[in-house]
Amino acid sequence: MKELTCIVCPRGCHLYIDDNLKVSGNFCKRGETYAIEELTHPSRILTTTMRIENRNSKLVCVKTNKKIPKEKMLDVMNEINNQTAKAPCKIGDTAIENILGLGVDIIFTSEVD
Amino acid sequence: MINKDLVIIGGGSAGLAAAIKARQEGIKDILIIEKDGNLGGILNQCIHNGFGLEIFNEELTGPEYAYRFKQIVKDKKIEYLLNTSILSLDKGFFIKYINESGVSICHAKCIIFAGGCYEKNAGAINLMGDRPSGIFTAGCAQKYINIKGYMPAKKVVILGSGDIGLITARRMTLEGANVLAVLEIMPYSNGLNRNIKQCLDDFNIPLYLSYTVKKVIGKSRLEKIIAGKVDENLNFIDGEEIEFDCDTLLLSVGLVPNISILNNLGIEVSSAKGPKVDEIMQTNVSGLFAAGNCVHVHDLVDFVTNEGYLAGFGAALYLKNQLKEDLNIDVVARNNVSYVVPNKIKYSSNKELEFKFRVKKPCKNVDIIIKNNDKIIKKVYKLALLPSQMENIKINTTNSPLKDGMITIDIETRA
Repeated sequence: MKELTCIVCPRGCHLYIDDNLKVSGNFCKRGETYAIEELTHPSRILTTTMRIENRNSKLVCVKTNKKIPKEKMLDVMNEINNQTAKAPCKIGDTAIENILGLGVDIIFTSEVD
Repeated sequence: MINKDLVIIGGGSAGLAAAIKARQEGIKDILIIEKDGNLGGILNQCIHNGFGLEIFNEELTGPEYAYRFKQIVKDKKIEYLLNTSILSLDKGFFIKYINESGVSICHAKCIIFAGGCYEKNAGAINLMGDRPSGIFTAGCAQKYINIKGYMPAKKVVILGSGDIGLITARRMTLEGANVLAVLEIMPYSNGLNRNIKQCLDDFNIPLYLSYTVKKVIGKSRLEKIIAGKVDENLNFIDGEEIEFDCDTLLLSVGLVPNISILNNLGIEVSSAKGPKVDEIMQTNVSGLFAAGNCVHVHDLVDFVTNEGYLAGFGAALYLKNQLKEDLNIDVVARNNVSYVVPNKIKYSSNKELEFKFRVKKPCKNVDIIIKNNDKIIKKVYKLALLPSQMENIKINTTNSPLKDGMITIDIETRA
């Protein structure tokens, strides 16, 4: 039996997962999905900022468009910090395609003219 | 001097929602006054995700959530001023403000105050020891990193386990800082469980419960924090100390509604430290509405948005002269309830009422009991209640109209 705190929503359910990956303690279906994922291959959405080419100290906000493996978070951070975005930036547009070959894009989450 | 029907002070999540709702309800002459250079308020620096689950059923980042409302305000051509600070707000609703064009005065028929809250800073918490640089609030560090693009720390201790502190701990770690510890004076965390998990546990950042800063050491920049363990009366226990070599202490020790600008208007203040409001977010000053974190500090922006909508709706009724006061009920928080919003019920025409409150101390296996003059109108069982989680209980009065007097919120533990 394993115990986990669900991170899907602010409710933060306390989840119990038995050896056959049967989940209890979850308020909704998403908790079950999260618990199984967390025990088999934990992954997270990463949000950060990115510098903009030729714009001193101007930042644009970005995130991964899908969850990435938890252990890759710092590698992805490094890669994002090594690159610059081109303005103008529109929410949802791709900043970096297929980052580190993970099959995940980095997309803008704020607007810069 | 300019004249406006409705002035909204603050262009954050509450202010934007209020403006949108008031416009939907037919109010044309609206002005939003925002002190920052961008609408959206604190959402702009909250680049993490988790916003909008209640309203959009999506996990948005702060800037994405704000963008949706900013766009509606722009599409509806609601007027707004940026980089504009309020200098004073006087009786009769004369608003003096300053921006690039100098000082101006605006007269409003109705005001919605949506000025948000501020973070308690070092001056508010009796830090013992030196006064070096390197001590600031978690939200301030968040602004440095996420908006300004500076990294203000290498080795960090965070005091207080509120959500902003936890989220900043993760953000600093991702940007290469070493977060040594989060200290929490209480025996329980003040942040959401999910943030303990995804911000601390994910990065192996230790959370020390019942610990606080005993001494600050450093000549020009912070050099060391001595943390001490406290007993149940929050007194230090001799010999239970941990030293942290660090250059930065971040404070996440609580948020307080920012209402000093309302001082001249004679508002009554609730135990949440914001103005007392009725069920449509009107304060005791007729025509002055308030919404969002300036009324009480929320956990979720979605609830702030809904409160903004409610204030916008109320202000529209006020401006259209459609408010008929026919009830006089005080809403009172009792025993383990630290505050409740609203504080007054005035209009029997509102059939759907929502009470928002927090408990003072964690409790388990309890009934929340809402009474109107000793008659129970709602009873809700809860497995556990935490001070860090706002509760809301809705009641419908269609079948049992409320009576003048009192509504009380009680928490009773089941045997």
